[in-house]
Order: sequence, then C-alpha cells, then structure tokens
Amino acid sequence: MVQLRRVAVLATALTVGLTAACSSTTKKTSDTGSPTATGVKKGLTVYFIPKDTQNPYEVIADNGGKTALEELGGKVVVSSGTADTAAAQIPSIQAAIQAHADAIVIAGNDPSSLCPSLGQAYNAGIKIVSFDSDVQCPNHLFINQADTKQIGTSEVDLLAKQIGSAGDIAILSAAATATNQNSWIGYMKEQLKNYPNMHLVKTVYGNDDPATSLTVLQGLLSAYPNLKGIISPTTVGISTAAQYLSTHKDIAKKVTLTGLGLPSQMKPYIHDGTVKAFELWNPSNLGYLAGYAAAALASGSASLSAGTKFKAGKLGEYTVLPAAGSTGPSVVLGPPTVFDSSNVDQFNF
Amino acid sequence: MSDTQTAPPAVSAVDAPHRELPWRSALRWESGLVIVLIATLIFAGTQSSDFFTQSTMFYIGLNMGEIAIMALPLTLIVMTGEIDLSVASMLGLAGTIMGYLFEHHWNIYLAMAAALVVGAVGGALNGALITRLGLPSIAVTIGTLTLFRGLAEVILGNSTVGGYPLSLTKIGVVPIQGTQISYSVAIFLGLAVICAIVLHATPLGRSIFAIGLQSEAAHFAGIRVGRIKFWLYVLSGVLCALAGILFTLKNASARFDAGTGLELNVVAIVLLGGVSIFGGRGSIVGVVLSVVIVGCLQQALTQMHVDAQVQNIVLGGLLLVSVIVPNGGEAIRRIRARTRRRVPA
Repeated sequence: MVQLRRVAVLATALTVGLTAACSSTTKKTSDTGSPTATGVKKGLTVYFIPKDTQNPYEVIADNGGKTALEELGGKVVVSSGTADTAAAQIPSIQAAIQAHADAIVIAGNDPSSLCPSLGQAYNAGIKIVSFDSDVQCPNHLFINQADTKQIGTSEVDLLAKQIGSAGDIAILSAAATATNQNSWIGYMKEQLKNYPNMHLVKTVYGNDDPATSLTVLQGLLSAYPNLKGIISPTTVGISTAAQYLSTHKDIAKKVTLTGLGLPSQMKPYIHDGTVKAFELWNPSNLGYLAGYAAAALASGSASLSAGTKFKAGKLGEYTVLPAAGSTGPSVVLGPPTVFDSSNVDQFNF
Repeated sequence: MSDTQTAPPAVSAVDAPHRELPWRSALRWESGLVIVLIATLIFAGTQSSDFFTQSTMFYIGLNMGEIAIMALPLTLIVMTGEIDLSVASMLGLAGTIMGYLFEHHWNIYLAMAAALVVGAVGGALNGALITRLGLPSIAVTIGTLTLFRGLAEVILGNSTVGGYPLSLTKIGVVPIQGTQISYSVAIFLGLAVICAIVLHATPLGRSIFAIGLQSEAAHFAGIRVGRIKFWLYVLSGVLCALAGILFTLKNASARFDAGTGLELNVVAIVLLGGVSIFGGRGSIVGVVLSVVIVGCLQQALTQMHVDAQVQNIVLGGLLLVSVIVPNGGEAIRRIRARTRRRVPA
C-alpha cells in the first residue's frame, strides 16, 4: 500500500514538474520567438469578417491581419457573404462562436443589425474588434483608420510642400453635408493658419458624383485663374479632377492636385505627372493592427479601458483611446500613407 | 405528420390515365430527399467538427426560419402552375413599414399588424393582376419585386430603425426555452402542418392539384380557379410580411434592403422539395425536407470556411438538379421513343 502511494506521489510530482517545465518552455519560446509579442498567447484563432469577400480594399486588410496572426503564431479565418449586407455576415459570426474563436474582427455592413449576434459572441467569451466601418454595439474596440485631425492637417502639409507654401488654393469636397469631409475641412482651415501665404479661396462640392465634380471643377478653374492648388478629400473628387487635368496639360502645369485617393485609380495620373502625391491610410496596416489588437485582447494583455497600451509588431505601440460621442473605445492607426511614383505600384486597391 | 406523406390521388377527376403518377413520383422524390439529407449529415459531420454541437440546430433554424415560412405559400402557388418572385421584396417592405411606424411612436404590435395588412394588400395586388387581368405571374411578380423594394427604399431611405423591445428582439439570439428551436422555425412548423393538411386532406387541396395539372379542365369541373389563385397570393403576401417582422426582430433593425435576393433561395427550396415548376405535383413534406437539407448544407459549408461564392454555386447546382431530375425522366423517355422509332426503319 505504502509503495503504491509512493508511486502515486511520484507520478503526481512528475506530472506537476513536467507541466511546469512545459509551460515555462512555451513561455520562453514565445518570448524569444517574437519579441514584439509580449504577453500574447500562441495558437489564437481570429475570425476576420469583412463587408464582403470580394472587395479588393478589404482583401488587402484581411491579408494584413493574416500577417499579424502569423507573426503571433495564431491563425486568421476570413468569412463573410458575397453581398454587403449585415444578414450575410451573421452566419460568419455564428461560425466563429461555434468554432470557439478567440476574437472577431469585423467591418460592419450596418451599425446596429449585427449587435444581437456580436453580443452573443461577446457572451461566449469572444473579443470583438471592429475596423474600416464601426458598429454601434457595446464591448468592442474600434480600429480607426486615421484621426480626423491628422487627415486634415496632413493634406494641407502635403500641398504646401508641393507649391512652396504660397498661393491661392481651393477644396473640391463631396456632399456639403458629409460629416467626415466637413470635419477634415475644419482641420484644414486650422492648419492653413500656419501657412500665412496660402489662401483658401473657395470650397466646392461635387457630391461624390463624377459629372457634378467635373462641372464644379471647371467653374472653379475659370473663376480663379491664378489657382495654385486643389485639395480633394474624396476619392471621386480627386480622380475626376486628375482625369480632367491630365487632358488639359496647360492647366495641370499651374495647378497642383492632392487629396485622398485610391492608388488603383490614381496610378495613371501619378505616372503621367499630373499628380505628384496623394494620401490614404494603408488598408494592409489597418488589418495588421486589428489583428494585433484582437490578439492582445484575447490574451488579456490589453483591455477596453482607456490608456491601455499594447504592442503591434512592426507598427509599434498603441494606446486605447477613451470613448467619444458615438464611438466607443478606439485605437487610431496613425498618419495616413503618402502615395507617389515611388510606391504607388505596390498597391492594388 | 404521417398522413401528410400520403398525397391523395388528387387528379382522379381531371386526369384519369395518370391517376397514380403524381402520388408515386412524389413519394419517390421524398425518399430521394431523405437519402440526400442523410448524405448531407454524414458530409457535414465528417467535414466540420462543430456540426454536431447543440447550437447548430438553433443557428440553422435562425438562418432558415424566414426563408422556410415564405416557401410554404410559394409551394401552394407553384402547385397551381404560377410563381411569386416578389416574396423577398415583400419581406423587406413589411419590415420597413413596421420600422417606420415604430419610429413614429406607434405601438410595436400595431406596427406589426399594419405590416401584415400591407402584406395582404401587396398579395392582393399580385393576385388581382394575375387572375383579373390574366397577366403572366412571372412578369407581374418581377414587377412587384422591384415595386415593393422601391417603396421600402422611399420610406426608409438609407436609415436603419432599431430600438425594439428586448423581449421581442431576443428571438434573434435565444431559442425557445429548454430547446434548440428558434421561434421562427416553431412558427414554420406550425404553418407547415396546417398547409400539409389543407393541401393533402381537403377539397381545397385537391382543387390546387387539379388547377396545376389542367387549369381549364379544373375550371370546367367547377373549381373557382381565379378565386383560389387570388387568395393564395394574399396568403403569400401575409406570410412574407410575417417573415419580414421576424427578420426585423431577429436583426433588431429594419432596413429597406432586408432580405434582398432571398427569393432565389425560396424558389430553390420549393423546387428542391419536389414541387413541379409546371404545377400539379409536390408535397409539403418534400419542402420541409428541402429546408432541412439546404440549412444543414449552408451551415456546414460556413463552418468549413467555404467561400460564400462557392456556397452560391452549390445552391444554384441544387436548383438545377431539382429541375433536371424530375423532368429528365420525361426527356429520356422522349429520346428513347425517338431511337426506337428509328431502329426498325
């Protein structure tokens, strides 16, 4: 009997020792294997649920997320519908719950329809991260592509660099009621105070419609023949203006165009010299950051409370910002990426 | 449910030489569906480790409930040789009406009742255009497909209406207590039993079979063809509106584009259920089996992370198979008859 008990004790001791040894070794390898990933568990499964599986912008973002989870020793599952509807995303959330995923990264097709399902996922212990398009549900972290102020300020800086910080400039915006454009324009005006020789002469609205944008652009150019620069903080506006300028080289020589554009649309105008530089956030980095944020939340090394810091691989350290207005806790990706002839060919969104 | 399996020899009065045919072929089709279902379950169980978990049944019900409810009146309509493609748009319009009225401080139950009334009116519009003016149902319901969706868009625009009582929106999150059955599926099963009894065990059901087999003969046999078809469209409108209410509560929000494109799923389920697109043949049991098969298949494919595009291919393939197989027999017979004629010559 005594002998038996001794064996049992020995076995228990061995088991405990082995477990301890094992866990310490896993810890050590994770520490040495990826030094930036302190405190993140290995083998995490993160579901990326984009607006749909075809959108090239989202595909790039999802691939950024895959890179992040590969670096952390986890994996990404991309799941969504073919149509941009919330209903098509719900089965993917259910699949994540059933697969006991550690986190969901979602680009909401609808601010509220997804909340019941996401709430279910949250109750099942899954951490929720939204990116690209936020959802208005509790208990999730929003990865903001770019800070409103940064976008406004950086666009003025970008134009100033190209026109020697002097001359008349104008803004070609989307709809006069567009919330995001208007807040960017507000910060542009603030930033223009730092450039005393640059004068904003007019803001025109093309309603994100190519035909309207073209009409208001032509009106702008004939009304202000001395115009030096145009900022168009909308992809429709900048591509329409670029197309017009590329066929009117005499005007293009005098007027510098910049703003927020898609590399795929702007490529030809960068190559023919119509546009020198424009900017947009990098969707790949957006997905990468979302992947790291999801992993940090799932490992418990980050939380939704403001001021929490976590590391995001090559992008460095990020801090969770407090909730503001209709946006819950969020993280801002950083300054937008500037695209010019040196890098525009590397992006296909 | 057992007596629903035995579709009566409904056509005896109309089509005496083919007396046995609909009954036997329907039974054969349903046995085929049972085999397909078993195959689907084996496929799902072996390919996805999450398939045989408790919540699967609930999720399938949650995703299929509204589609299944809309499939029931469509089954009856297709049995008469007609079609209703406006079902998903009616779902969207009903949800929109309910959301709009709720936003304008109507009592939620009154808003639901109004949605059902709109469903009945929409269905009556379809029915009147088809039976009174004698217009082809495919053209009429493609028209109302666009019309209903357009009305919904005018009413709600791009906004989303939420804020419904939690006691109602819980149907999108929890099953009926103590079970894994979603509320929408419970409603579907209740309606399916009623439809099965009406279709397979009442004079009205026999009339529906008769209309589908030979509309004119049915008319001369004293069956009020127009009136039956009209009320079937009204029924379709009301049940699609009910599906719209459930869909809205499930997602806790009303949008004009709710359920866009679902009409194809509904038609696919009805045809896979063995209902002949030419009318006169089919059973409710077949449609119920078809709902279960499509639900299991979609759930398994989602769990396996199969792309949504590929899932659409699978659904489209099923639709084709369900049209080709029952009509393929006839085609083969025709080809054989032709070769036989050629051989002696």
